[in-house]
Amino acid sequence: MNSLWSRLEPLLPRVQKPARYIGCEDGAQQPVHAPDKVAWLLAYPDTYEVGLPNQGLQILYEILNERDDALAERTYLPWTDLIAEMRRVGLPLFSVDNHLPASAFDIVAFNLSSELVYTNVLECLDLAGVPLRGRDRDERHPVVGAGGHAVFNPEPMADFIDFFVIGDGEEVVAEITEVVGEWLRVGRPAGSRREMLRQLAVVPGVYVPAMYEVEYDGPDLVGVHPRHSEIPEVVEKRTVADLADWPYPRNQLVPMTEVVHDRLNVEVFRGCTRGCRFCQAGMITRPVRERPLEQVRTMVGEGLARTGYDEVALTSLSTADFSGIEDVVSGTIDDPLNCGRVTISLPSLRVDAFTVGLAAKIGSARRTGLTFAPEAGTWRMRQIINKMITEEDLLATVESAYASGWSRMKLYFLTGLPSEMDDDTEGIAELARRVVEIGLEHTRKASVTVSLGGFVPKAHTPFQWFGQNGPEELQRKINLVRNVVRGEKRVKVKWHDPHASLAEGITSRGDRRLGRVIERVWRAGGVFQEWSEHFDIRLWRDAMEAEGLSIDWYVTRHREETEVLPWDHIGAGLHRDFLWQDWTDALAGFGVPDCRWTPCYDCGACTEFGIEHIVASPVPPAGGSQGTGQGIPGVGAVPVSIGRPEGGFR
Amino acid sequence: MIRFRVRFDKHGKIRFTSHRDMARIWERAIRKVGLPVAYTEGFTPRPRISFGLALPTGYASDGEYLDIAMDESVVGADGAVSGTGVASETSIDLIQMREQLSRALPVGMNVQAIEMIEGRPGSLQEEVVICTWRFEIRELGDIEARGAVADVLAADRLMVTRQRKGRETTEDIRPAVLSLAVKGEGETGVELEADLAAKPRLVRPSELMAYLAPDHELGPVTRTHQWIEQDGAPREPIPGPATPAPRAQRRAS
Repeated sequence: MNSLWSRLEPLLPRVQKPARYIGCEDGAQQPVHAPDKVAWLLAYPDTYEVGLPNQGLQILYEILNERDDALAERTYLPWTDLIAEMRRVGLPLFSVDNHLPASAFDIVAFNLSSELVYTNVLECLDLAGVPLRGRDRDERHPVVGAGGHAVFNPEPMADFIDFFVIGDGEEVVAEITEVVGEWLRVGRPAGSRREMLRQLAVVPGVYVPAMYEVEYDGPDLVGVHPRHSEIPEVVEKRTVADLADWPYPRNQLVPMTEVVHDRLNVEVFRGCTRGCRFCQAGMITRPVRERPLEQVRTMVGEGLARTGYDEVALTSLSTADFSGIEDVVSGTIDDPLNCGRVTISLPSLRVDAFTVGLAAKIGSARRTGLTFAPEAGTWRMRQIINKMITEEDLLATVESAYASGWSRMKLYFLTGLPSEMDDDTEGIAELARRVVEIGLEHTRKASVTVSLGGFVPKAHTPFQWFGQNGPEELQRKINLVRNVVRGEKRVKVKWHDPHASLAEGITSRGDRRLGRVIERVWRAGGVFQEWSEHFDIRLWRDAMEAEGLSIDWYVTRHREETEVLPWDHIGAGLHRDFLWQDWTDALAGFGVPDCRWTPCYDCGACTEFGIEHIVASPVPPAGGSQGTGQGIPGVGAVPVSIGRPEGGFR
Repeated sequence: MIRFRVRFDKHGKIRFTSHRDMARIWERAIRKVGLPVAYTEGFTPRPRISFGLALPTGYASDGEYLDIAMDESVVGADGAVSGTGVASETSIDLIQMREQLSRALPVGMNVQAIEMIEGRPGSLQEEVVICTWRFEIRELGDIEARGAVADVLAADRLMVTRQRKGRETTEDIRPAVLSLAVKGEGETGVELEADLAAKPRLVRPSELMAYLAPDHELGPVTRTHQWIEQDGAPREPIPGPATPAPRAQRRAS
């Protein structure tokens, strides 16, 4: 196999940021290919800057390269200027490690972290010279896989992906390697591809869509059924029981050019039981598994020394909940080796006083911006989404932040939530105004940025039955917020394009029929749809129309309890009964507490897999306000009906 | 504050990193080695390192420079530097420092020399007046190249138009061409060498292409030397292996 570097090199002076294509990262490997090694190409279907920091991909890169029977290289989707050059000279998609053609690998595995990158997967396959559809591939072609959060509804991509990995990938890549390795050993005889896929389909956590038949009744989905008796009816996700067994990445990649999250990243726990009902990540990654404090310390210390980074992020879905958070933070700050020059970033922080205390500890002298995510503007709405922060707690948090020297707050909100009324939407602006008022008592520079995202319901969440707001309705709500604070210099409102939320909504709860839509969007030139400068809603509307599919049916329609959902044959560990109960609780305005420190309410995540939360501390973290609102009675009836398309939801 | 001047090279894939990228690569390398570098004051202290003239992205170099400032307290009387970081409790000399930095830098970058600089030298960006370049023109023959070089040297003016702060400006770069000659066969075509002025701005080999071979592509480019002026004569910021200096700053003819 020959490196494509000599053909790529002359193209690089013609394109922007050519360092994206050279590899050369600190920690990169140049694995030696051999017939007895299964060659994985780990593909991130977005730009290098976005894809390189992805921890999931880096973890698998190391685990596979440590194996005797496997190797792994990486690829990212080149930017449009290089794609044009590559198509002009006929250069295929390449790995950045050895610069080998993508089609020379045995497995091409995509990381799908969001839906808008789906068309990029097609662009990658096409650039690689691999047939787009699984059914058109044969023994000469790589096996195409996918994993990541978005694959918890795999159906929209089922035509293009040979196998999906549901859940944690650390262990299952070994089993997949063995099945594919055996296929290579017997020399991939003609017609054997299907048999190999059939064997993959019985690996726990692996979903092979070709082994399932989809049954419709008119527009309605009747079911997704296995074609063979040994194929499981429901593919349950894989879950790594103990993060301590997987201290990866050990050699985090340090890129030579600027990327997002350009810092050391150490995952402190996986899973979250805060129970925010809109949050797919929190639902599908349960139970909570903390990394032992000592291991976190080692990974931070060795990681900083090895990489030369001066910033470390402690990552998780809610980092202030980590039992050892204060120890790690003070240990890192006070470590004489770091000379006081290492900064710690804590993404995904709760809104409470404890968090401000932590932030004060890690923050350098410069205290400009602090970001919180109240997600909704009124207490009523926050109970519905189970983000149980009272107004008093929220304002007290903000007060302490301003008092500690911060001047700029950034507040994240969702709009278009179930049963959201105009009072709730305007409540976002009112809240921002209150925050500024409090700030002005402390600093003349006080300001607030409100960031509004249109809510897109996701599979395996209590809100999976909810009819998403259409773009006109989302825009109306955004305008409501803007109107309240019009003319106020200290409150700035930013928002996500409601049309992008629509496209995301089409794919997030779509079924297998969406494959043709995705292909049409791609054929019409729709790549990099997650980039606002390339996003084009007309491509999506046209494709849906051409396929005779209704956007309303897929996006804005409320689903009923009995409806078969396209992802019902995928198991995230959560009982459907639990999700429905949580949905009805939501509409009744009842919150549920965090089950790490309160009795189990049997969502299914632990019991299904015979594993438990691994939490070092038996008590909730100091100052954690979520859950303290439980004594407050539900807000009573909300103007909502369940499962009826013509409800008063908006 | 004690200053060290470092000369390093940049070859292979890593040459596609930008000047901005280089700053980050160096900051990380310095932290990895644990060099007791001085930091700037203020809210976000940065290591006190200053770079020379930016090397255009994609060009290789035999001689890039940067200055590193260290706190005086850590430098011994013999010029030995004691590290406080990863390589703690040891005294490292300049040769050791060179080796450690080379190891901490990515493949394709090596530190060639480190020298302590006396007094308060001017910044590299201001002092470098000439750069020597070697570059190839893809698929161009030796004879055509010699003709093109003669034409360029015979020209009174070489007008180039470029974007500057969103405006198009046209200027004559003929005065910046101090020497230009065909060196022989390169990997992708003919190889040339040029001394181009770096003041009032850095003129790049690519700017000559419109006159040398408008229908050909520029091949690999290497900055082989940078020159500062001392007592009226050009010399390298750190004297390297004996290289004939550009004869004069007058334009070649």
